[in-house]
Amino acid sequence: MAHTFLVEIGLEEMPAHVVTPSIKQFEQKAKAYLKEQRITFDKLKAFSTPRRLALQISGLADKQPDIDEEVKGPAKKIAQDDAGNWSKAAIGFTKGQGVTTDDITFKELKGTEYVYVNKHIEGQPVESVLAGFEDVIKRLTFPTMMKWGEYHFEYVRPIKWLVALLDDTVIPFSILDVHTDRETRGHRFLGQDVTLTNAQDYEAALTEQFVIADAAKRKAEISKQIETLASQNNWQINIDADLLEEVNNLVEWPTAFAGSFDEKYLAIPEAVLITSMRDHQRFFYVLDQQGRLLPHFVSVRNGNREYIENVVAGNEKVLAARLSDAMFFYEEDQKPDLADYVERLKTVSFHDKISTMYDKMQRVHAIGQSLGPQFGLSDDEQAALDRASQLYKFDLVTGMVGEFAELQGIMGEKYALLKGESKATAAAIREHYMPISADGDLPATKVGAVLAVADKLDSILTFFAAGMIPSGSNDPYALRRQASGIVRIIRNEKWSFDEQMVRALLAAEKAANVAPDLDQLSQVPTVFAFLKDRVKVILQGEKVRHDIIDAVVSGPNTDLLDNFEAATVLAEHQSDDDFKEIIEALNRVLRLAAKRTTDGDVLVDAQLFENDSEAALEKAVQAVEDEADDLDVADYFKALAQLKTPITDYFEATMIMADDSKVKNNRLNQLQLIADLIYRLGDLNQLIVK
Amino acid sequence: MTKKLAMQQIILTLQQYWSAQGCMLMQAYDTEKGAGTMSPYTFLRAIGPEPWNAAYVEPSRRPADGRYAENPNRLYQHHQFQVVMKPSPENIQELYLNSLRELGIDPLEHDIRFVEDNWENPSMGCAGVGWEVWLDGMEITQFTYFQVVGGMEVDPVTSEITYGLERLASYIQDVDNVFDLEWGDGVLYGDIFREPEIEHSTYSFEKSNQDMLLQMFDDYEREAKAQMANGLVHPAYDYILKCSHTFNLLDARGAVSVTERAGYLSRIRNMARQVARAFVAEREKFGFPLIKDEEKRQALLAKGEDDK
Repeated sequence: MAHTFLVEIGLEEMPAHVVTPSIKQFEQKAKAYLKEQRITFDKLKAFSTPRRLALQISGLADKQPDIDEEVKGPAKKIAQDDAGNWSKAAIGFTKGQGVTTDDITFKELKGTEYVYVNKHIEGQPVESVLAGFEDVIKRLTFPTMMKWGEYHFEYVRPIKWLVALLDDTVIPFSILDVHTDRETRGHRFLGQDVTLTNAQDYEAALTEQFVIADAAKRKAEISKQIETLASQNNWQINIDADLLEEVNNLVEWPTAFAGSFDEKYLAIPEAVLITSMRDHQRFFYVLDQQGRLLPHFVSVRNGNREYIENVVAGNEKVLAARLSDAMFFYEEDQKPDLADYVERLKTVSFHDKISTMYDKMQRVHAIGQSLGPQFGLSDDEQAALDRASQLYKFDLVTGMVGEFAELQGIMGEKYALLKGESKATAAAIREHYMPISADGDLPATKVGAVLAVADKLDSILTFFAAGMIPSGSNDPYALRRQASGIVRIIRNEKWSFDEQMVRALLAAEKAANVAPDLDQLSQVPTVFAFLKDRVKVILQGEKVRHDIIDAVVSGPNTDLLDNFEAATVLAEHQSDDDFKEIIEALNRVLRLAAKRTTDGDVLVDAQLFENDSEAALEKAVQAVEDEADDLDVADYFKALAQLKTPITDYFEATMIMADDSKVKNNRLNQLQLIADLIYRLGDLNQLIVK
Repeated sequence: MTKKLAMQQIILTLQQYWSAQGCMLMQAYDTEKGAGTMSPYTFLRAIGPEPWNAAYVEPSRRPADGRYAENPNRLYQHHQFQVVMKPSPENIQELYLNSLRELGIDPLEHDIRFVEDNWENPSMGCAGVGWEVWLDGMEITQFTYFQVVGGMEVDPVTSEITYGLERLASYIQDVDNVFDLEWGDGVLYGDIFREPEIEHSTYSFEKSNQDMLLQMFDDYEREAKAQMANGLVHPAYDYILKCSHTFNLLDARGAVSVTERAGYLSRIRNMARQVARAFVAEREKFGFPLIKDEEKRQALLAKGEDDK
């Protein structure tokens, strides 16, 4: 007969974001356990609410299948003496297998006769196996665990009840002081405890007690209710998937309701209204058919429609209080001039070991003035950057950002526009925070992108110079994220960016008299190693071969754009037929050039040539050098690839380490010139070519 | 909701209810603090093996939240009703919900939710797991199972329920502005607190003597450490509270940068950790007198000896 098993863990309210991953985990661990126990079943249905995780497994087998297996024992000559008496070894073996010597048979294996017995293992009844769910439940893990009362056991929240019912029989086990039973609980307020007669009754019994235990059904019900409200009122509601998921795991019996707020609050920027509703109150915001925000919201109660007017009024009141705060800030924030805010930044610390926020802006301003032209900004763009870089942190001292920290930049843009700043300047103020996550959007405007790079670079340089360098998991100022932002932006914008430029930026800071009292210059190589680490991480994420990544970030070329592009080019050519030969030729040059011991200018004297291949190589190298600056990395690689033949010919005809030291040095200089060209791509010796 | 309880009736109702659940009614602790958690009746008593059930009103000062009595919800000083029970009772959520019923809040007429909120007070080395309790979308209570206090893992676990009395009263009395609440006998909240709110806001944001406060922080810290060295746990703890409040005043004045902040908080945290350890050691010297089960008490004391 096929059986149905119901197991339910009753808990104090779990965090909403934990419910779905936990029920999936429970499902997987239950399946794995039954498989390991060789218990078959037809169907597993999962249920989850904030207060319960449950599985209903149907079509379960009666018992594990029996196992008949042949077990090999000692060799015959050890098991029996010449007289045929069983030895201690033989008796011990049979005992261990739960049989007697009467059950022994002999079989030959590789020329030797061995003792064998047939062992029959009776399959355990399903009841015994299911008692093992105690461990399945205990083995669930959660992102945050807690203990309670006097117990030391840790779980997501305290366990309040356990149901384990095989058809109509309780499977007894217990966790702490909670024993399995057939009692489940209904909705916290609307429902009552229910005694389940049979495991199959679960879902229907809970529905009667105001619990929709099936998460998907509950979610569909919420969506349907929201859509009904929308269509009744001729609204558009974008049912945000994340918000719906969260709301679904905050309720057992959902009832959607609509509320309103005073129209006057529509004067507040939409971002503020939406943040207040969605993030703070878990409300869905409401648009008209033209997509304009309306003074209404939709929320979901954990309960029915009784007394819903109290719930509507309460939620309206809470929102009104928030919006009244926001309105107050919005109006007050517009009273001072931007210059007043900037002035106030003189008292806001960027970091006490570095400077005020105001001084930081002065540095970023100087950096921007030097960086803008190199990144090809037009005069208008440069003007917008110059202005933005003298303002861009001002919103930190506005009331709104004090209250809604997540709106930094967004409010800066709004207020800047209200104060008559140009669109480009205002947008840059918002965009300088971008990207705000590892794969977050990059600034859309050039001005924003330069400001973003300048701001992040200043943070990294000054923190490093002040001795606050991230290590291991210790990165309290999120400098890695900022570094990742820089390299993503310069790659996206195709901006060359190397140590030389950064040194020039620091000189510009000094010249403008805005440099902090810190040694940033000596940190430049460390900072570039830090940036290159981010390049590596990004390339790894793109599944570029590890040796290619190592090659491009090694070597003396600090231009991060070259590093990225070299990785792309090498990855593109890695399967070419002649890739191996090209790389081998170039690497031979690198290895020999390293033997160069002379200092000073790398000059090649044609007078010292002794064979034609030398002149041919010099000519080919000269050609590459002449066009090098105009080539992108892809064409540059092609140009270097064309050196393969002259290089190979050269090595065949030429003995580099000649006895005459003048000739030798001349040849090493020749190779060094090529090495310098190759290093633009990285240290190709790191490449594994087979 | 038919009866509109005045603030003091709300307090009386909660006191009556929780004392019936076995809580001792303590009085507010007489040193400035930002939250009821920082009262020694919570912070110190949550540490160590002894049981502890207490309830009290705690006036809580948050200088940065002062709004010159102009904001309907923000206050320099608000009132918390604090309930701590150790070990956390099995039915603590039900006990809490019944306290709302006592206040005339029938869950069937409202929407009550337990929304995850893991509480942390880094400056006191405290962390806990729990919820904000929402009443029709308004956060009225912070509900926490302490896990770490003063940097020490707790055993047994204390449950802490912190009612925001002004929030709760605004709801019960259906007023939009905290200053319109009735405290009792027809006297309004604003009649009592408007003037101190304005003055404390002015003081905290504009007039406080920063140099004096900076000096005081250092002095209080030195004194706290000195008294810890003398084994005087409670005097030391008072000075730690004074450090914390002085820091809050400096912070409100904008005298503390983001990183200096971290520095000050870690100085307070280090003292909180030390005092937590000292407190347990002291209680052990006294023989954990609050443990009434003699066998258990002796076992704990013997274990303490072994650990040494």
